[in-house]
Amino acid sequence: MSKGQQSSGKCRGTRDMLPADMARFRHIEDIFRERCTKWGYEEVRTPTLEYMHLFTSTGTLTPAMLGKVYSFLDWDGWSGERVVLRPDCTIPVARVCVETAQAKPSPLKLFYVTNVFAFEETGLESREKWQCGAELVGASGPVADAELVKLASETLRLLGLQRVDLKLSHIGVLRALVETLSVDEEQKHQMLDRILEGNIKPLLEAASESAATEKFASLLMELKSESKGFLENVRAMCGPHMGAVQSQLDDFIKFIELLEALYCTYQVDMSSARGFEYYTGPTFQFASGGTLLGSGGRYDALIPLMGGEKVTASGFALYVEPLSNCLKNGAGTIPPWKGVSITTEPNPASVKAAFEVASTLREAGFIADIQFSDETSEKWNWRLSVGTSKFTLIDQQGKANTATSVPEVLKLLESKWNG
Amino acid sequence: MERLKFALPKGRLLKPTRSVLESAGLGFDGYAEGSRHYCLVSSCFPHVTGKIFQEKDVPIQVAIGNYDLGVCGRQWVEEFLVRYPLGGLVRVRDFEYGRGSIFAAADARSSPGETSAIRHDNGVVRIVSEYPNLAESFALALRLRRFKVFPVWGAAEAYLPENSDVAVIWRESEDELAAQGLRPLRTLAGGGACLIANASSWARKDMGKLLEGLCRVPSPRDEAKTPGGTVSPEPVALRSENDKDLWMALPDGHQQSHVASFLARAGIATEEYGIKLGNNRPHIGVPGVKVKVVRPQDMPQQVANRNFDVAITGRDWLTDHLYRFPSSPVQEALDLGFGKVRIVAAISGETPVQTVAEVREWMRGEQRPYLRVASEYVNIADNFAREHHLSPYKIVPTWGATEAFIPEDADIVIENTETGRTLAEHNLRIIDTLATSSGCLIVNRNIMSSPDLKDKVLFLVQSLAKGLSA
Repeated sequence: MSKGQQSSGKCRGTRDMLPADMARFRHIEDIFRERCTKWGYEEVRTPTLEYMHLFTSTGTLTPAMLGKVYSFLDWDGWSGERVVLRPDCTIPVARVCVETAQAKPSPLKLFYVTNVFAFEETGLESREKWQCGAELVGASGPVADAELVKLASETLRLLGLQRVDLKLSHIGVLRALVETLSVDEEQKHQMLDRILEGNIKPLLEAASESAATEKFASLLMELKSESKGFLENVRAMCGPHMGAVQSQLDDFIKFIELLEALYCTYQVDMSSARGFEYYTGPTFQFASGGTLLGSGGRYDALIPLMGGEKVTASGFALYVEPLSNCLKNGAGTIPPWKGVSITTEPNPASVKAAFEVASTLREAGFIADIQFSDETSEKWNWRLSVGTSKFTLIDQQGKANTATSVPEVLKLLESKWNG
Repeated sequence: MERLKFALPKGRLLKPTRSVLESAGLGFDGYAEGSRHYCLVSSCFPHVTGKIFQEKDVPIQVAIGNYDLGVCGRQWVEEFLVRYPLGGLVRVRDFEYGRGSIFAAADARSSPGETSAIRHDNGVVRIVSEYPNLAESFALALRLRRFKVFPVWGAAEAYLPENSDVAVIWRESEDELAAQGLRPLRTLAGGGACLIANASSWARKDMGKLLEGLCRVPSPRDEAKTPGGTVSPEPVALRSENDKDLWMALPDGHQQSHVASFLARAGIATEEYGIKLGNNRPHIGVPGVKVKVVRPQDMPQQVANRNFDVAITGRDWLTDHLYRFPSSPVQEALDLGFGKVRIVAAISGETPVQTVAEVREWMRGEQRPYLRVASEYVNIADNFAREHHLSPYKIVPTWGATEAFIPEDADIVIENTETGRTLAEHNLRIIDTLATSSGCLIVNRNIMSSPDLKDKVLFLVQSLAKGLSA
């Protein structure tokens, strides 16, 4: 490129999905869509642009997340109403549920494959991320949570991911614990924000005012366990002022009992609760070798906050990019080509013959690519040279066969493909 | 020695900054109030050049690397960094002058004035500010459920309480707020002037000799001020949907005298408008019309969103607004004829270009990666560059003194000019006239569906028209 030319490169923090990436993407999407459909979920797609107040009005994205939202004034935004590139998909789907509540049966089982946008400072990661998500609205709590865990697990298994860790936490327990602390509302909000960002230090510091609460908080947050017995033990430590914490622990234990009945292996890790403030109950994370592949949880307060009925709701999202990176070699790769590269002379009669034979081959299930130069890619199984009255078919070893009609060409190809 | 560039502030920080620079042995000849020379050279360090900017432009110019060092108020650094946390700025030294704080403030007449009350308000919280990034950050931190931030060029306090719930403004102290009848809700940032450096220059260039002096000299201090009294204005009724008064915005700043003269010619009496230390709510002798004084740049959007029904502004700002919001309900109701200027595209007199068409050729010849178009009128400038196929280009937003950007920091400016003299003094050549502009009455066309307001607008237009023939 000369000095005077500006690179027309892509925006910082964006990524092109090339044919091999798209093949893996479609593989993930196809398996997810097929699973969801078999589990009775229906697909939705919400707009890329939403009003910013959809995300601020529910008070359910942390200020740190809202600070990374792509927001701007639309061409008719003189009123100051900002729009955003969708930073999250659960909230728009919840909006759909509220707006279509009268017309749709309950419970609603919805899924989506969509992109979300958030600024990422280094520009090394993509600021546009694709997700495969499912939402279950209006079904009873722990069973719905368990169904979602199973649906996500099954999808991951069918994608060939064998060693996936399931980490469980419960935002309701953490909220109830924060409520027992002697701090003002603002500090409680900030403490939950920090927990959702993965920082439990402020919680442990605030709990240190009472020896019993400190002990409870540190055991709860710092230990990890593969058994619900851990939660039973912690529950026994609850002081008399911690009735709400006990009640939330009961809900968590019920959820875990269901997972055990469904043969799910898991790890209770209370510090794994991350992400969105709209979660109110159990949360779950799927990871493989330290890579986060997906997460979800229960968000019972979101739909009422948006003006909908008081219904329970849960959901999860699987993250396409890390999933794509974790796919085993060969999974989601481009299938073998059943392809014919067609070359011809640039005169009307030959071109007409080439287009006719290409059309026939496509109808018969072959990929037919008319070449515009003499160079032929190695990805084609056969090269077909088309003249006005003669066809020459050459395979990858250079062996040539001739034919005089299109049906004859087709017969030759089918016999070679099958044999 | 490696060349170093210094961005110097105009306005309130100029005098103490000059004193600091002189004490540090870095004086710039011509760095003085009223100077018409924007490009300066240090008298002791010939490898150091300086340019005078509006304070608000300084952190941007330093961050993007056009300048290695700069001085500006801390509030502009915070405003920049809250939006661009990786903005490439290093805060080198804080000074003791130009001190103040950014407050989120409400009108003392509105009740309640507590942040917690705002947070639980289910309605839309309107925030007006010269510091829109800090305002948005404040709203998000407070978890306001629904809010709108109106960026304005100034006079944010004038919007309270009828047209805004909160103003995010800079003031020297809470006393100064109270003296204007405002109540602080929260302090968002504070401090005085500061010396900033471009992060890359900081890491790469040897600026030790300059910084040694700048960091060691004692900082001038602000003069102590006698606290003003607290203003307790009359209670005001907030504007309702059924308000039958016509709300009108009149311009502040240098436009005031033009407008006041015009109103006088039209036989419209005003009280406390067009005079030094006037009121931001002057009285006007047209029945059923209420007036506030705000910046003309902000009027089209304020009329569009019905904070005002009509306004007297320049057609240049209306045009800029309509390029940004093509379906806006604002339109010109009457050309008032005064303050005639041309909006022109100008280029350095050293550039061998006579027309816009030649700019493209020149860019190709110079192998410029992109064209830099500086303007206060960012939407007019954007439209100009697009229509003339000047891609690739970048718009450089400015807050005044745009002519100073050429040639170092811009290739073309889109600027208004009355006689062309200022442009010529800065060795700029006009290569195109985009439009002409004069004062005009603008109106939100939607109010014409209200018979009461329509009658008032028509009466106002008739009254103002008398000023044209007087």
